[in-house]
Amino acid sequence: MTWQGCAQIAVFAALIVAVIVPLGGYIARIVEGQAPIWRPLAAVERGIFRLAGIDPATEQGWPQYALALLMFHLAGILVLYGLQRLQNLLPFNPQGMDAVSPDLALNTAVSFATNTSWQSYAGETTLSYLSQMAGITVQSFLSCATGVAVAVALVRGIARRSAPTIGNFWVDLTRITLYVLLPVCIVAGLFLVWRGVPQTLGGYVDATTIEGAHQVLARGPVASQEAIKLLSGDGGGFFNANSAHPFENPTALAGMIEMLLIFLIGVALTYTFGRMVGDRRQGWALFAVMALLFAAGVAVVYPSEAARNRSFAAFDIDQLAGPLQAGGNMEGKEVRFGVAQSSLFATVSTASSDGAVDSMHDSYRPLSGLVMLANMMLDEVIVGGPGSGLFGLLLFVLVAVFAAGLMTGRTPEYLGKKIEGNEVKMAMLALLVPPALILCLSAVASVVPAGLAGLGNAGPHGFSEILYAYTSAAATNGSAFAGLNANTLFYNLTLAAAMFAGRFLVIVPVLCIAGTLAEKRRVPVSAGTLPTHGLQFIVLLAGTVLIVGGLTFFPALALGPVAEHLAMQAGTAY
Amino acid sequence: MDITSGPYGRDRKAARWRELFSAPLAMEAVKQSFVMLRPDIQWQNPVMFVVEVGAVLTLAFIVRALLVGAAAFSVSYFVALDIWLWLTVLFANFATAFAEARGRAQAAVLRSTRVSTPALRLRADGGTERVTSIELQPGDQVLVTAGEVIPGDGEVIDGVASVDESAITGESAPVIREAGGDRSGVTGGTTVLSDRIRVRIVAGFGESFLDRMIALVEGAVRQRTPNEIALTLVLTAFSLIFLIVVVPLWPMAYNAEQYMTSYLGLSTPLTSLGTDVPTLVALLVCLIPTTIGALLAAIGIAGMDRALRANIIAKSGRAVETAGDIDTVLLDKTGTITLGARRASAFLPLAGVPVRDLQVAAALASAGDRTPEGQSIVTAALAAGTPAAQIAAAPGAEVIEFSAQTRMSGVDLPDGTPIRKGAPDAIVDYLRQRGASVPGGIEGLIAEAAAGGATPLLVSHGNRVLGVVVLQDTLKPNIEGRIALLRRMGLRTIMITGDNRLTAATIAKRVGVDDFLSEATPEAKLRFLRAEQSAGKLVAMMGDGTNDAPALAQADVGLAMNSGTQAAKEAGNMVDLDSDPTKLIEVVEIGKQLLMTRGALTTFSIANDVAKYFAIVPALFAGTLPWLKAIDIMHLHSPTSAILSAVIFNALIIPLLIPVALKGVRYRPLGADALLRRNLLVWGLGGVIVPFIGIKLIDVVMVALHLVA
Repeated sequence: MTWQGCAQIAVFAALIVAVIVPLGGYIARIVEGQAPIWRPLAAVERGIFRLAGIDPATEQGWPQYALALLMFHLAGILVLYGLQRLQNLLPFNPQGMDAVSPDLALNTAVSFATNTSWQSYAGETTLSYLSQMAGITVQSFLSCATGVAVAVALVRGIARRSAPTIGNFWVDLTRITLYVLLPVCIVAGLFLVWRGVPQTLGGYVDATTIEGAHQVLARGPVASQEAIKLLSGDGGGFFNANSAHPFENPTALAGMIEMLLIFLIGVALTYTFGRMVGDRRQGWALFAVMALLFAAGVAVVYPSEAARNRSFAAFDIDQLAGPLQAGGNMEGKEVRFGVAQSSLFATVSTASSDGAVDSMHDSYRPLSGLVMLANMMLDEVIVGGPGSGLFGLLLFVLVAVFAAGLMTGRTPEYLGKKIEGNEVKMAMLALLVPPALILCLSAVASVVPAGLAGLGNAGPHGFSEILYAYTSAAATNGSAFAGLNANTLFYNLTLAAAMFAGRFLVIVPVLCIAGTLAEKRRVPVSAGTLPTHGLQFIVLLAGTVLIVGGLTFFPALALGPVAEHLAMQAGTAY
Repeated sequence: MDITSGPYGRDRKAARWRELFSAPLAMEAVKQSFVMLRPDIQWQNPVMFVVEVGAVLTLAFIVRALLVGAAAFSVSYFVALDIWLWLTVLFANFATAFAEARGRAQAAVLRSTRVSTPALRLRADGGTERVTSIELQPGDQVLVTAGEVIPGDGEVIDGVASVDESAITGESAPVIREAGGDRSGVTGGTTVLSDRIRVRIVAGFGESFLDRMIALVEGAVRQRTPNEIALTLVLTAFSLIFLIVVVPLWPMAYNAEQYMTSYLGLSTPLTSLGTDVPTLVALLVCLIPTTIGALLAAIGIAGMDRALRANIIAKSGRAVETAGDIDTVLLDKTGTITLGARRASAFLPLAGVPVRDLQVAAALASAGDRTPEGQSIVTAALAAGTPAAQIAAAPGAEVIEFSAQTRMSGVDLPDGTPIRKGAPDAIVDYLRQRGASVPGGIEGLIAEAAAGGATPLLVSHGNRVLGVVVLQDTLKPNIEGRIALLRRMGLRTIMITGDNRLTAATIAKRVGVDDFLSEATPEAKLRFLRAEQSAGKLVAMMGDGTNDAPALAQADVGLAMNSGTQAAKEAGNMVDLDSDPTKLIEVVEIGKQLLMTRGALTTFSIANDVAKYFAIVPALFAGTLPWLKAIDIMHLHSPTSAILSAVIFNALIIPLLIPVALKGVRYRPLGADALLRRNLLVWGLGGVIVPFIGIKLIDVVMVALHLVA
């Protein structure tokens, strides 16, 4: 580890803390309809509502909200599927890309409509500009707005008293997209163009390299997609190499801003939450839990990557960082990012539900791979995706509060809302879905020939590749461990199923909780009420997340990264 | 201060407690544990049902191993595993059965007072007839004379008697039961010690309120409470999660066997416990929350039982549970905060009124007030030297009875002149209605009495106010401590009193209640209660009078005094056999204890899994991934001994925790944060550490006894 590396991580942390209050407050005002809006934008909003026949003053109960959301995204999947299947007939296809195969098109359509962005394809050799812009980029915006909308609906459920409704999906979707995502993306897109990211409709360029070889340089409308790719928690890159590609992530500064974009909405929403429930300390407590778990992850990954490899101990190799080398484990990492930023990026990407990568996760040490897997397995509550991180953590809050309430001899309550049978049932259902998908599908893939066929490695590492793929899909992360060839009928379909269920079978119970909580009266605070903003609750909540996640995934992790790590310690590698 | 002590018979309870731990009870419970293995009964406990299915499955594997020959592991390992799986189920059933048996025994003690007794029934023609209590119908009237047992629950409609209620309360001091007023309720099975009373029976034999409640305690009609349902959901969800963890382990472990075989280039495939079904069953049983699953029913039954032992009969488990959540307690000043024996201590005449006139008028007006206070005015007037002849009501005078609504009593003299005595505001209103003016000096007198915490009563003669009678009450010993305790438990205490504001404020300040409601009528009390509830608070109150019935019914926890009227008992959801108004503290405590015991054991159960993983996971893959041995920080003897030790620990912890389930985790009024910290440390951290020690110990013992290979 170097001081520069540590300083870089500290700067990132400082930037994150700095954006929470302004952005979080802004989002709260937007979703509560209180922020002053620039007139032309407000006119756009009115136009959209009039065109779609939406009355912004009419609110929805949770079933209507959920139905609107589901219908909207099913339509989105259909459109994106159609775009890919017909892209050879549609305009903006300078490279003459062929139609995408049905299973891959389905996998990709589900992947982006669910904010996962698992990519079984390589963007620069598969998709036309139209598919990238009107398909992938649009879905990135919409799936992100949906995530935030669901979180906001849940927060409304907690904040409101005896209310039959939790908001209007169409209004939330429109306002979040127009007033939050678009402005940030325009600024971020321009910043990236300044750093060297291309933004063009022109075709690929034939270049002759210094050595005289011919090379086709892929380019396209990259910057516009790059901004929302990061901000949305989606992470589907224009290029196959994702943020490791110099056209997606040209410099270390761009890398820093990309990480910031990934966390931006996720952390800001904790403040939005505190503001909307009328007690900012509650929001800070949730942020503290996220920060604690995130810091723990970085504290494992960075030292583990910067450390010497024991297997080289017998040779006379200098593995330490110095003026001429980054030191540590540089396999699969870009020289311009080094060990520190790559480690940070990998942790950020898996802790959030983004899944953008600036290095190859497959090449990380087993312990780092373990952290990345754990980040996703903990239901993506360490910042998590925009919205999904907050509502995911609130599900754990319900479980923690239930246990704590019992232990203090009171019917559990959170922020004045009694937590009863229905909330507990729905929370457990939502928390049950991702592990069920991850473990069952991984188990199937690790014995059927179609599953084993895609493996690039044998042994525990091969198992980690399978486990990582389904974890990434079910947790709607989308990052890949690589090493696994997932563009097969088996993986395309099973991963699509995991993504769809992992997203919507969590969102629907969350909205149900929002609905039933909104209907409840608010119990006043008394001396017997458990404070949910103090250090003790922060520790309890972090502990709940770790214990529930740990108990669920310990055996599977033992077969993968843990076994690999211990074997490596003993001098065995695969 | 020992919060469990109360003025009710503790020694007797201790004896009862000892006898409830008797061997016959345990034997009965053992028998019942086997009966409960029937799938349709076991199914009611989903967690333990999973264990039973696992035990049956393991049995099938034993049979298969015997028929086709054992697989990689010895049959004795399977047999040992299966025995402990069955024991796990039986231990759980025993916990439930034992709690139920104790509940039944407890109820039987009460029921023993309710055997058939002779009764002297009044016939319609005025004569009497000898019948047995079984024949009594609601509405029948019986005569009970000193030395006789009251044949059924009822109300005294004539006479006054001292009654020995020790059969149901354990309290040997006799109580007074009299017609009219709020002490008219009598219970079947209690003995009249003096005098003779006429009792109207209100319930047929075996159908009385008490009988119905005993049936509840016996578990015949036990319903699961909302919290219990929510917790069962959580436990079922955890069972499901662990099912999802364990079932996919088989293919995953198979995958590991395959690649390790090919990696090592072996000709015979590697095997591990990871693909052995009985072992995976054992893992599942260890992981699912069996500890709390086994004890959940027992905790609920024990809660009702604890309430009963405090001489409180709850109509439902729900009521006991709700008690733990109470935010606000309404305390009647009279009888709860003060001894309730208010005595007239002084007569303060207005300027210009002879004190004798005031004394005479006050005594005359109290003729219609049969409350002890009213009678004390008469006594005080006599003691002050008022001639008895002057205060004897003249023939033709009409007595106006005291009522809680009017809050005054009086007499209309034969010439029509009304004499009234009552709460100051009631008298003032009354005079104003009559168009009379109220003299100015009166406030000073009222304030003088009230500032001392005494209750002033106004006396009027015709349209004239004569002065003030001062009623002095004594605070109950240590009432401040009890109220401070309620506040430390996080409850808001509200004193309810018919007194004027100033008196109420003085007493409220002295005893330390948070707030008070003065000049309260039953309607005002009900209004206040509803207002609290609409603010989202849960309210508890105690009451004994018929006046209290609507509020008792409205309150979330309505604790009725057994000495109170039948209406009050029917309206409330708990009855205190001791008729001790400070009993609410125990009720709240029992409610909290109930939830806390569930929470503590749930946390303990889940926390245990950490150690079990450390024991079992390396054992599962010892055959394929020997490096995982590094996780086995307990250094267990062998893979099979590791798994057996975990299963045995998992089974043994159930009977070891039965006493905790029955006695409950102790509640301390520390505030939620401190209480949580304490319980997290004891049951959370303890739950992580204890099994490490326990499993290692079992492993060491098994190795020492050569029980494992």
